[in-house]
Amino acid sequence: MRAWHFSENAYPFLPPQDQFESIRVTLPNRVYDPKKGAELYDRFLREWQIAEEEGVNIMLNEHHQTATCVDPAAPLVLAALARLTHKARLLILGNPIANRRQPVRVAEEMALIDVLSKGRLEAGFVRGVPTEILPANSNPVRMNERHWEALDLIVQAWTSNDGPTSFEGRFFHHRNINIWPRPYQSPHPPIWVSTTSAGGASQVGAHGYIQATFLTGFKGTPAIYDSYRKGWRDAGKGKDVPVDRLAYAAMVYVGDSDAKARAGAEKLLWYITANKVSPWFRNPAGYSPVAANVKMMLGDAAGGGFGNFGGNMTVDSAVANGTMFYGTPDKVFEQIKTFYHHVGGFGNLLLMGQAGHLDHEDTVHGIRMFAREVYPRLQQEFPDSAISGRDVAAAE
Amino acid sequence: MKRQMLKLGEIELELHESGAGAPLLFLHSGSGFVADHAFVALLAERHRVVAPAHPGFGYSTLPDWLDSIDDIAHVYLELLDRLDLQRVTLVGASIGGWIAAEMATKSPERFDKLALIGPVGVKTGGAKQLDIPDIFAHPVEALDRMRFHDPAKAKIDLTKLSEEEMRIIARNNETLALLVWEPYMHNPKLKHRLHRLTMPVLFMRGASDGLVSAEYLERYAKLVPGARIATIAEAGHLPHIEQPKAFAAAMAAFLGPIPGQGA
Repeated sequence: MRAWHFSENAYPFLPPQDQFESIRVTLPNRVYDPKKGAELYDRFLREWQIAEEEGVNIMLNEHHQTATCVDPAAPLVLAALARLTHKARLLILGNPIANRRQPVRVAEEMALIDVLSKGRLEAGFVRGVPTEILPANSNPVRMNERHWEALDLIVQAWTSNDGPTSFEGRFFHHRNINIWPRPYQSPHPPIWVSTTSAGGASQVGAHGYIQATFLTGFKGTPAIYDSYRKGWRDAGKGKDVPVDRLAYAAMVYVGDSDAKARAGAEKLLWYITANKVSPWFRNPAGYSPVAANVKMMLGDAAGGGFGNFGGNMTVDSAVANGTMFYGTPDKVFEQIKTFYHHVGGFGNLLLMGQAGHLDHEDTVHGIRMFAREVYPRLQQEFPDSAISGRDVAAAE
Repeated sequence: MKRQMLKLGEIELELHESGAGAPLLFLHSGSGFVADHAFVALLAERHRVVAPAHPGFGYSTLPDWLDSIDDIAHVYLELLDRLDLQRVTLVGASIGGWIAAEMATKSPERFDKLALIGPVGVKTGGAKQLDIPDIFAHPVEALDRMRFHDPAKAKIDLTKLSEEEMRIIARNNETLALLVWEPYMHNPKLKHRLHRLTMPVLFMRGASDGLVSAEYLERYAKLVPGARIATIAEAGHLPHIEQPKAFAAAMAAFLGPIPGQGA
């Protein structure tokens, strides 16, 4: 199993929640103090370097117009990391290509980073959450179709090495594609795609790309992985899906004592509890399929309402539903092991290891405790050569 | 009221017809066409009313290639050919008004009169402010206040809707986003074509319309030679739905005596 330290580079110095409507999209950037922000970047970059020193890989992501993730141009930060680090794999998860107007430009950025890092790039692509729609001014309809067409174009740009090619698709048009530099890795960097829906996962499986899913827990994850494995097999990629094709992102905090671990876990929960977002930004027209909207209306009609995303979540409920692993090393190892077997196996653990007010010292403690006390056991227990879905098949 | 599905190229179009007399093509707003609305029967007292559900709305299909208001204008010019309607009265509300304006700039000779109710479609103000408030960035309650003089009339009781009706609402919203997202609620080219409208044109607006302001409508109307403006009291963005009688009276005043029946 490979582990990845993931930090959203949040800006946590915010007014009380009742004084603003939404932490995303509308919170005025007057609230952001660039001097504090600069110190935060120093710190977060340092934490990624420490992760590398401890043998853990590096992951970052991109969001826009939000205090939850002040990394609106992830390739820029990735370029810095390419020079600040020397051995860790560098995962961007990912480029929101349904919201980017020029996929060829994205191909160029990724190729440049791959060369800058001497072939350490893992290139991820995401559709983007609903709150990205307005910041990107991106049409919420047909995003999935744009996403896949953009990805095809990017792969073409990476792998066409004999002079200009062209692309005339449904959404993107490019008459002269001949990027310099080309990627360091051949034929191109590993491709990751994140999705939290079973339908999306089958498409990722059919391409054989690495599938990541975020906080989908005991309940949602098995169907997503099943769907990936089915998509993989149906596309003729073979019977066995290697575990290294699957990734799971959870909040993770390891402490050297129960009390220390609990305190860290409580602070990590900021990921969920700080995410105050207006309902009309959470579900913009056209973002979710019609059937999903009908389901929501049926829920509303039954008095359910949208509720706040995870607003009632606690550390205990997060552990119970499989979105958080925390505790002393033994406990965290057991929690991950249970989850691993429940979902049929996965080869990449994305550690949401810093959030909100979890300070530098505690973040580093969590990284080191995981890296030294848990990671070696995971690597031994769950080899990268394992086949995903075997447990599930055996149980059936 | 007669309802049928009509095949136009790749599109299966839901089409409503009622009344008799001079043909009138009615183009609905972003919330879709509801045949039971009182204004439909009032228009049908004087006209053969032809009312399609736009592609992607109601039961009309949405082909992959269709993504703009201008595309729909072309579909409806084909519809007029199919129905052999050489000359019609054209009425459109909100985005339906935008479709109507696009159609009229392409084939002005086909329309004897044009009525635009709370129409969108042009950019008339400065670059740093939206002409039309962003309907995708407001809570439902605020949108209801923009759309209706009496927002209580906007309330939809979800418990009284069938799943099929919910599906249509969700799909209408999706198609609306597809069509008006960017440039938001307008076609930058349209205002440079509006001088082609040589037929009598009426711009109508509910006095309490929170989406189409009086200033916007005046600037829009100024782009059309000789256009008139009528205001409907105690109505929001959808005066034909909120004040059907006042709407019908204003339409009758604009459209004049029924052709063939003298003064």
